[in-house]
Amino acid sequence: MEFLRPATWREALEAQANHPGAVPIAGGTDVMVELNFGRNRPPALVDLTAVDELAEWSTVDGEIRIGATMSYTKIIAELAEELPGLAMAARTVGSPQIRNRGTAVGNLGAASPAGDSHPPLLATGATVEADSVRGSRDIRIEEFYLGVKRKALEPDELIRAIRVPAKRGPQQFSKIGTRNAMVIAVCSFGIALNTLDRTVGTGIGSAAPTPRHAGDAEEFLAGNLPWDDRDPVPDGVARRFGELVADAAVPIDDVRGPARYRTHALSVMARRTLGWAWEEYRCA
Amino acid sequence: MRLNLTVNGEPQQADDIWPGESLLYVLRERLGLPGAKNACEQGECGSCTVYLDGVPACSCLVAAGQAEGHDVVTVEGLAPGEDDLHPVQEAFVEAGAVQCGFCTPGLLVAAHNLVEHNQNPSDAEIREELAGNLCRCTGYEKILDAVRLAASRTRNRKQEAGT
Ligand SMILES: Cc1cc2nc3c(=O)[nH]c(=O)nc-3n(C[C@H](O)[C@H](O)[C@H](O)COP(=O)(O)OP(=O)(O)OC[C@H]3O[C@@H](n4cnc5c(N)ncnc54)[C@H](O)[C@@H]3O)c2cc1C
Ligand code: FES
Ligand code: FES
Repeated sequence: MEFLRPATWREALEAQANHPGAVPIAGGTDVMVELNFGRNRPPALVDLTAVDELAEWSTVDGEIRIGATMSYTKIIAELAEELPGLAMAARTVGSPQIRNRGTAVGNLGAASPAGDSHPPLLATGATVEADSVRGSRDIRIEEFYLGVKRKALEPDELIRAIRVPAKRGPQQFSKIGTRNAMVIAVCSFGIALNTLDRTVGTGIGSAAPTPRHAGDAEEFLAGNLPWDDRDPVPDGVARRFGELVADAAVPIDDVRGPARYRTHALSVMARRTLGWAWEEYRCA
Repeated sequence: MRLNLTVNGEPQQADDIWPGESLLYVLRERLGLPGAKNACEQGECGSCTVYLDGVPACSCLVAAGQAEGHDVVTVEGLAPGEDDLHPVQEAFVEAGAVQCGFCTPGLLVAAHNLVEHNQNPSDAEIREELAGNLCRCTGYEKILDAVRLAASRTRNRKQEAGT
């Protein structure tokens, strides 16, 4: 196995293009488990951690651009204001050690339906910057996930960054697991209110082959929230929102929980996160 | 592959490294530093925790090559000298926070980091900071005692140094 350690982004793209089957590695919290257990013996590893610029974020046209090796710890420390939903989700990942190394871009690379970054990225309408020696392209987040651990990247492509619109209203994230730390989500839910456009974004995790929006729920809620009066959300609206979120999921039974539980839990999380987010809007 | 890194303040070199092996393997099997323990190799237990550039990480999840040129501190590097223990280590001994000891090296690094950054941690903060370290023996109560003790001593020491 070759170990490639590009010092620049251009070199990283060349390494990926010139070594078919090469596996990129950022925080290594997914890749190393596979290697340690002999589940994968790739011909090469392309280590992205020596490309310094990738560990940083910047602001581009009202969007926050998160570099490919920026850790969860750094997201929590530096982006909780602009990207509260993603920061909340990041706080629930693994343990301090895992958050110190693990990255949101690595979460996309792994493309697990249970990844905690996905619901807030979906809810805010993030964009994935895919790059290769052939050129770069933007992939809308909802088009990125193709199936369980399958994603819309060509073999020679690397993710350079994720662009996430800066906060335009309250955001919330909720995740169900058996303890507070170190759990893969049984299911999870993210919501982002855009109080300027009066739209709603959602993201469902771990309750379908891919993370996904609850489109009908978004439309229904945007049309039925008392945006002007800032009254409490009517019970019927919250309940209907919960139902529509649950309807958007196609969960399975597995070791972490039965499908029926997931469906029920999603409707509860949808109502609760809406309640929290709406309180913030009302008090603002 | 040859690897150069700094471990506990000393430059180290290891040859014939398989690039996919972990930093934990390098430390234990190549450099003769068996402090960091291997209990799960999947990031779940924290017994392999070391400082990597001053930040606690599971060394089982760092590819050897990723540590090239970097700075590692293991449990062996916490004590100030051969015969001295670090206050966090003393507190673990005094509080009875060590039984079989397998989790201890990782917990010491995590606790050391906590106490460096927060000399007045709430119980919730201690639990959060140590959430990545499993112990099968103690039931954690004595570990919490040890961290509280280490934090208060560090606080007092800093206050004395400040006055
Ligand atoms: C103990 C433990 C607990 C965990 N808990 C959680 C949890 O609570 N929630 C959660 O969501 N996840 C969890 N995970 C999984 C993992 O930490 C996350 O998926 C993390 O975001 C991966 O980031 P990384 O930088 O470590 O990825 P890596 O392991 O470096 O890479 C992950 C995947 O992405 C690919 N990749 C990396 N960078 C790029 C790039 N720039 N372009 C294209 N592909 C790329 C890699 O080839 C690999 O397939 C846990 C893992 C462990 C070991
Ligand atoms: S051996 Fe590394 S976390 Fe368990
Ligand atoms: S003392 Fe035995 S595992 Fe913690």
